[in-house]
Formats: sequence, C-alpha cells, structure tokens
Amino acid sequence: MLSIYTTLNPGVERLTGKGINIRFKELQSDIGFIKDLELSIGKLSEERWSEPQGPTPFPSIIALRNWDRQLLKRYPPFYLPFCDLCCLCTYGKCDLTGTKRGACGITIGAQQSRMVLLATCIGAATHVSHAHELVECAIRKYGAGFPLDPGGLAVEVEAPVIRLVCGIKPEKLGDLEGVLEYLESQVTCLLSSVHTGQEGDNLDLESKVLHAGMIDQVGMEVADIAQISAFGYPKADPDAPLVDLGMATVDTTKPVILIIGHNVPPAISIVDYLAAHRLTDEVTVTGICCTAIDVTRYTANAKIIGPISWQLRYIRSGIPDVIVVDEQCIRTDALYEAEKIHAPFIATSEKNCMGLPNRTQDPADAIVRDLVSGKMPGVLILDPAKVGEVTVRVAREVAPERRKVGSLLSTKEIIELARNCTQCKQCRRACPNDLHIPESMKAATKGNTTMASDMYEVCVGCGRCEQACPQNIPIHTIIISAASRTMGEEKFRCRTGRGAIQDVEIRKVGGPLVLGEIPGVVAFVGCANYPKGGKEVAEMCVEFAKRRYIVCTSGCSAISIGMYRDEEGKTPYEQYPGSFDAGGIVNVGSCVANAHIAGAAIKIASIFARRNLRGNYEEIADYVYNRVGAVGVAWGAMSQKAAAIASGFWRLGIPVVVGPHGTKYRRMLLGRADRDEDWYVHDRRTGNEVYVGPVPEHLFFSAETKEEAMVMIAKLCMRPNDTGKGRAIKLTHYIDLHKRLLGTIPDDIYRYVRTMTDVPITEKEEITRQLHAHDWVENTIPDPTLLLWQIKKQEQ
Amino acid sequence: MTAIEPWQTAEIAGPKRASVIIKPEVADAMIQRAKHPVLIIGHLAAAIDLDDHKMIDYLLLLAQKGHIPIIGTGNTNRELQKRGYREGGIMPAVDIGQRLCDPTWKGLDGKEPYDLAIFAGLPYYMEWTILSGLKHFAPHIKTMTLDNTYQPHAHWSFANISVKDWLENLKAIIENLEG
Ligand code: SF4
Ligand code: SF4
Ligand code: SF4
Repeated sequence: MLSIYTTLNPGVERLTGKGINIRFKELQSDIGFIKDLELSIGKLSEERWSEPQGPTPFPSIIALRNWDRQLLKRYPPFYLPFCDLCCLCTYGKCDLTGTKRGACGITIGAQQSRMVLLATCIGAATHVSHAHELVECAIRKYGAGFPLDPGGLAVEVEAPVIRLVCGIKPEKLGDLEGVLEYLESQVTCLLSSVHTGQEGDNLDLESKVLHAGMIDQVGMEVADIAQISAFGYPKADPDAPLVDLGMATVDTTKPVILIIGHNVPPAISIVDYLAAHRLTDEVTVTGICCTAIDVTRYTANAKIIGPISWQLRYIRSGIPDVIVVDEQCIRTDALYEAEKIHAPFIATSEKNCMGLPNRTQDPADAIVRDLVSGKMPGVLILDPAKVGEVTVRVAREVAPERRKVGSLLSTKEIIELARNCTQCKQCRRACPNDLHIPESMKAATKGNTTMASDMYEVCVGCGRCEQACPQNIPIHTIIISAASRTMGEEKFRCRTGRGAIQDVEIRKVGGPLVLGEIPGVVAFVGCANYPKGGKEVAEMCVEFAKRRYIVCTSGCSAISIGMYRDEEGKTPYEQYPGSFDAGGIVNVGSCVANAHIAGAAIKIASIFARRNLRGNYEEIADYVYNRVGAVGVAWGAMSQKAAAIASGFWRLGIPVVVGPHGTKYRRMLLGRADRDEDWYVHDRRTGNEVYVGPVPEHLFFSAETKEEAMVMIAKLCMRPNDTGKGRAIKLTHYIDLHKRLLGTIPDDIYRYVRTMTDVPITEKEEITRQLHAHDWVENTIPDPTLLLWQIKKQEQ
Repeated sequence: MTAIEPWQTAEIAGPKRASVIIKPEVADAMIQRAKHPVLIIGHLAAAIDLDDHKMIDYLLLLAQKGHIPIIGTGNTNRELQKRGYREGGIMPAVDIGQRLCDPTWKGLDGKEPYDLAIFAGLPYYMEWTILSGLKHFAPHIKTMTLDNTYQPHAHWSFANISVKDWLENLKAIIENLEG
C-alpha cells in the first residue's frame, strides 16, 4: 500500500525540496518511508494530532485506482464525442469514427476520456497555480509562521480535504507549501499521461480524471484557507455581510474601477490604497466573476456587478473608468473592449499578460501619465501594491474626462443599424442558445425593440453573433441597449462568501442528513453558460431551500442566484438564512471556496461519524457516497475548472448535474437503474450482499431542462443508508416534483422502496399498486459499503 | 435555405455525415422498414409554432398514425399529458442515449430492442452530442431527426429547411403513413 510512493518518484523527489526531509532512498522501504514521512511532516503538527495515519497519504496517480474502478463500474462513461477526429500529433488528423483507431492506436472512447483528462488537468493546474500565488503572497506579507485560521473557534477541522488526501494537519501558511509541491507533481504526472502513446485505456484515463479532480479540490482548499486566514475574510460566518450586487448599485458620479477574474491580491491592494488615502467613499470598486466575490469578502464596500457573462455588457455600458484583470475566465478581448470605451486597462498576472508592456519596474508616476494620456491603452503590472496605486490614481484622473461614455445605442440608432440586416441568419446559427436574433432585427426596423430586450436575460454574452454577422451589426450592443431599462434596475443584495462550515453546524445536521431526515445538500456552483438565463438557477435554489434541503452556492451561480427577487422584492439571500442547516442558503464564496462544500461532507464522516480522516480517502469517500445525500449542480458549467471541480466531487461519491450545454464535456457517467446486479453493497455488519436500488443513480448527468434537473436532483439525494423515515421524506420530494413538473407519479418508485416504512403516506395506494405490479419483496437496510475490507474491519 | 451543413455553424463533426431526407418518402420508408421504432421528443417541440399548432402536435399525430411509441425527455411529458396522451415514456435524453448503445436493451416497453430512433425537439447542440454518441457506439440502430436543421451525426436528417417546407414535409410523412 505504502509502496505507492516508490512509483511517485518525480513528485516525492520534489516534496523533498522544501524542508520536508524525505530522502529518495528512504522511499524504497515502506516502513522506513512512512516513519520518516511522519517525522518530517511532524514538524508541522504531528505532536498535537494523534489520529493514526491512513493507508493513502499523498496518494500517487494510481493509489486510488481500485476505488475509481468501483465507481466507474457502476457509472461507466457514456461518450458524446464532440469531434470525430484527433489532431494532437503530426500523425493526425486521425478519423476515429466508430471502431476506427488512430495512428497511435487510440479509440474514440479513450480519446474522449483523454480530452476530459486534459480539461481537468487544465482546471487543476489553474487552481493549484492560483493557490500557489495566494500562499506566496500571504507568506510575503505575514511570514510562513502565520497561523491558518479559516474558522476561529468554530472550526477545529481546519482543512478537511488536506487532512484526508495528504494525511497532514496544516497549521501555518508555510505548511501549505509542501502540499502545493505534492499537487504540482501530480498535475505534471497526470498531464504526461495525455501524451501520444501514453495512457490508452479509457477507464484508466477516467481514473486519472478523478485523481485530477481530487488534486483540484485540495488546491482549492489551500487557496481558500490561505486567503481567509491572510485577508481576514468572514470565518465560517453564517451572517457574512450582505453586499451590493448589480450595475444599478454603482454611483456613476464617482470614478469606477472594474476588476475581472479570480485572483484577489491586486483587488485588495486597490481597496487598501483607497483606505490608506481616505478615498474609500470617493472611488467605487466593482467586480465581475470570482474576484468580485472575494473582494467583497475583504470589504463590504465593494460591489459585485454580475457573473462572467456580464463582462461585455458592463464594459459596453461605459461605467467602468479603469479595467483591471487578474486571471481565469476573463474575455481575451477585454483590452479591445476597454479601448472602445477609452478605459485604461491593467493586466496583473504572469498568466495573462495580454500582449501588454511590462511596466512593473517603472515608477507609478510614469505609468499613470502614460495611461491617462492615452499613450498606452494598457499595461502589465506584476506588483499588486503598484497596481493599487496606479489604478486608483488613473481612475480619478480619467473619470471626469470619460464621463462614462460607453457604446450603448439610442432607439433611433438601433433602428438604423437593424435596417442593414439581410436576414441571413448567420447570427442565430452562431448563437449557442439559438436566440431568434434575425426576427428581433426585423421587429427593430419597425421600432419594436422588445424582442431584442427580451433576449438580454437569456444571452450569455459571448459575442459570437457579432463575429458572425456579415453586415457588422453590433448585435450584442443592440440587445443590451434595448434592455437598458433592465440594466438600470439591477440592484440586489448578495450574501458574500462565508467560507467553511462550522464544526458545530456539522454536529447539528450530521445525524439528520445521514439518516435522510434533512433530504439533502444541494450545491449550486460554477459558471454562467446557462441555457435560459440565470433565473433558472435562482428558481431551483429557492425551490430546494423551501423544501428544507441545505442549499450551498458558490462562484457565478451564487451571483446569479442573488439577481432575482421574490414578490416582496427580496433576493434569496435576504429571504433565507446563511446557516448550514435545513432551509439555509449558504454562499461559501468564490470557485475555490467549493472546497468547503466537499469539506462539509468529509467533516460529517469525521466529526459526526468519528471516522478517521487522515490519509484515509477511500473509506471516507465510501462513507460520503453511501450516506451523505449531497448533489452538485453546475447549471451553466463552461470551463475546464468546472470539469475539475465536478471530478473532485465524483471521486468523493457526490453526483453532479449540469445543464444541457454540459453534454459538450464529452461524456456522462451514468448508472443503469434497470440492471439490478449493479446495485448491491456489502453490509458492514453481516458481510451480506444487499440490493439497495439505484442510489444515487448517476454520477454525472446533463439535464435538458430545469424541470428535469429538479426531479433528478431530488432523486440523486437518496442514499443506501437512509432510514425508513428519511427515505420516505426523500421520496415525497421526488414524487411531488415529478408530479408537478413532469405531470405524473414516477413509475420507478418501487426501486427505491426497501421496506414499507420507506413509503410516503401521501401516495401509499399508488405506490403499493406499483410494488405489487413489480413483485416487490421487502429488503433489509444495510450498513452500506462498497469496500470489502470494511467488513473485515467490523469483524475485527 | 437548404444548406447541407450543421445548423450551428461551428458544429462540424467528421467524415461520416447524415444523409439528407430530400423527400418525405425517405422518412416514411425508414419508419415503415423499422420493426420497433421509437420517437424521442424534446421539450422544444411544445414551444415551436407550426401553423396554428405546435410541433409536438404533428409529432403526436405521426406517432399515432405510425404506431410509434413516444419517449418524452426534459419536461415534455407534461405537454403530452395536456394533450391527453398518457402512454408516453419518460426518460432523460442522456439516459436514452446510453440505453440505446446497449444492443440488448429491450426498450422502455420491454418488448425488443429499438431499431430506429427518431429525434425531434431537443436543443440542437444536445441532440447533436447524443446523436454523436449513437453514431459511434450504437451501430445496431438507425437514427433520424425530424427537426428542420441538419444534424450531421444522424443517419437521416432534413437539411436546414424553412418552416414552410418543414411543415409540408411533416404533413406528407404523416399522410403517407396513413396510406
Ligand atoms: S494522438 Fe493518436 S489519434 Fe491523435 S493525431 Fe496523434 S496518432 Fe492520431
Ligand atoms: S452574445 Fe448573446 S445573442 Fe449573441 S451569440 Fe452570444 S448568447 Fe447569442
Ligand atoms: S447575421 Fe447580421 S445580417 Fe444576418 S440575420 Fe443576423 S443580424 Fe441580420
């Protein structure tokens, strides 16, 4: 078991680099190795952590292969090839249609898995690199000995994912460096598997996808606990502040700064500079995407404008006077768009230089002068402190001149431009959501701009329509101009990210969740590539909160959820409490805060069920999979990071539902409810094999509509461990949603009834009829596990 | 417009592309030849106007005339129920895709494996990806789409045709089945 390290040469060798003191030679011996690992890591915290080390600390890329195979056996990939060809090497292009193999021998299935692995590696690399920068930045500021404190007294298990995966208990910022080295070694190793003539078995590639997801999850936790500790964000606080959200919250009489991206240090420098110069009330800091959430975790004065899809519309509105970008999910034409509204542009990340001259070493005065005069449309500044000064000074100087001039059009201008439309339909054919643009242009020529403004809600702001239009009609600008009234009413309140879940919250809900009496945890996460606008996410979120599920949110989904009001004018965050409890809506924070959702599931196993976490991945994942009714929903999942985040959840046994665009992730992981033989578990108590029904039915599922998603979410919350009472509650929600949204009582209830106590009272008659029709026989409720060795453990 | 190219311009698939249903008889022949066809209706069918009706109304007619079982994906079943059609199966589109890849799957009715899967009314890109899955992994089954947009991954598809041509074709297909 421990000899996995001997296969981890590159990674472990690098682990030795930063004071962890493992010598390669020692890796040849299992016992010597683990002893030394514990001793060396002991520098971190071992004296105070008595928990015994589990079987897989710092797992190699194959250490959890058996667990992965268990999952993949139940949920084999259903491939949806996005391209029949491969063009990865110069043998190509190869046609992989059907049973054809490429010049290297690869099949179409393995090629899809390889592309998924590539995507998840990109995602994991992005989070790990982001985490690395945050840790470095925090150490530069506070030193490696600065304590990690993501939850004050409320959180003792400070880093559940790191404890679980790495088998260490980090206490100081410096402790995270060793973790990062491990993560980086794993991403490198995984990425190398993608090379031509390397891994070619589809299931081995899928196992590596799951490993990439787990690595990504650790990376996210490193990033978020580092930034919470260093920047003093809310610490596991259910009452994290409500902050302004939406374009209409911005006071356009003041200079306005826009920050786009995910990596917060430059944004924090801007806020600090304003505070240090008593300018906080004179300049407005606004953000799009995750940096927006994170900067509001730092100061409730900052404002969130919207999710990723708000980039073009906000820039074109002309409101921002200076645009600062850090990293991830930023439009690569942001500089071009900024130039159009004469807003100076500042890039701040080595990973996103945007072709701009590096002015990091130049004096602030000179950079400000060049930006204000327009001599340079944009600059690259890699020193966050300098970004803070330059941005604020430039914003104050250019704002009076710019007067918020954007590219919005008057109705008259819209009509004029629409007259150029030849009804060629190229725009609609380029639009990912097949929006009826030509028809709206026709209506606009007659002065009716309602069709155009109606598209505002469902437009994902990609700009593809404009690229396609042979007449160069600025279609997206027409849409947002027609909807300028809607834009002017975007004024909401969003709860900023609270970070981790408190141990005491876990103690309170652990029992009801594992028994099924709280019907589930539903986490709305990820990007904004929605099929019909963000409203659907908000509606789903509220539906499950009303039904007293625990609802978590993060990233762009958290923002979209905040952009809707009930009849009383309240947003979901104002209607529902932020506590991790039945009926709560818990915004954990930006994308990297997703680790806390996984962390909550892990902490249920540790704090509530008292299972050992340390380096004990397989047992904990088996626990979560069989007992914790959690489901992730990434309704607008778009990025490679979203792919990595999802795979981290899969490996932990948590299913993920995506919207219809999610089929473009090239494969689903679907169970076969109709194959009884797939749904047996071991009973830990007796060792018997027990049929438990298809719970959860799928691991990765793309829903066509919101309605289908909601029914599936309720269904995926069922787990083998549910008590009769818990299962009856879960079935009630499933049946009720199915009736309301799909029009009938589901015909598969019999698969989910184990004993008559599972049957909800309300539909007893119909269900009993179904049970008879399917020759149903009563079954037992086991102490479920997929792991044979768990039975032995009980016997011992 | 009758272009034989994917409706969403960039969704270029690969060398193996759908044959075009140039006249209604082609679709009828496929349906009549099939021993156990299935009609898979996505949620957009109830939103798309065709004449004074919705697309789903024509599909229902087609299913009834051709004795083709229906599976509603998304929330289509509600619309079927509204129209008094109660025999429809319910299954998410990705699940149908996965099941159809299994040559031993006996269909929702448990009778025998489907040999012709007719798709209509799914979001273009989702139908595209699912048909791709079937093209590669379900060689035992023929696929056809009755949307008015070209789906390269099906065996048979209309080109990108106007609503008027589409309606005429659908009516003719239904009529021919009657005969
Ligand atoms: S990697 Fe393999 S399938 Fe791809 S182009 Fe090269 S030889 Fe062909
Ligand atoms: S910008 Fe909006 S309307 Fe244009 S193609 Fe993208 S989603 Fe469609
Ligand atoms: S692409 Fe341009 S010209 Fe063609 S229909 Fe769309 S708006 Fe009109």
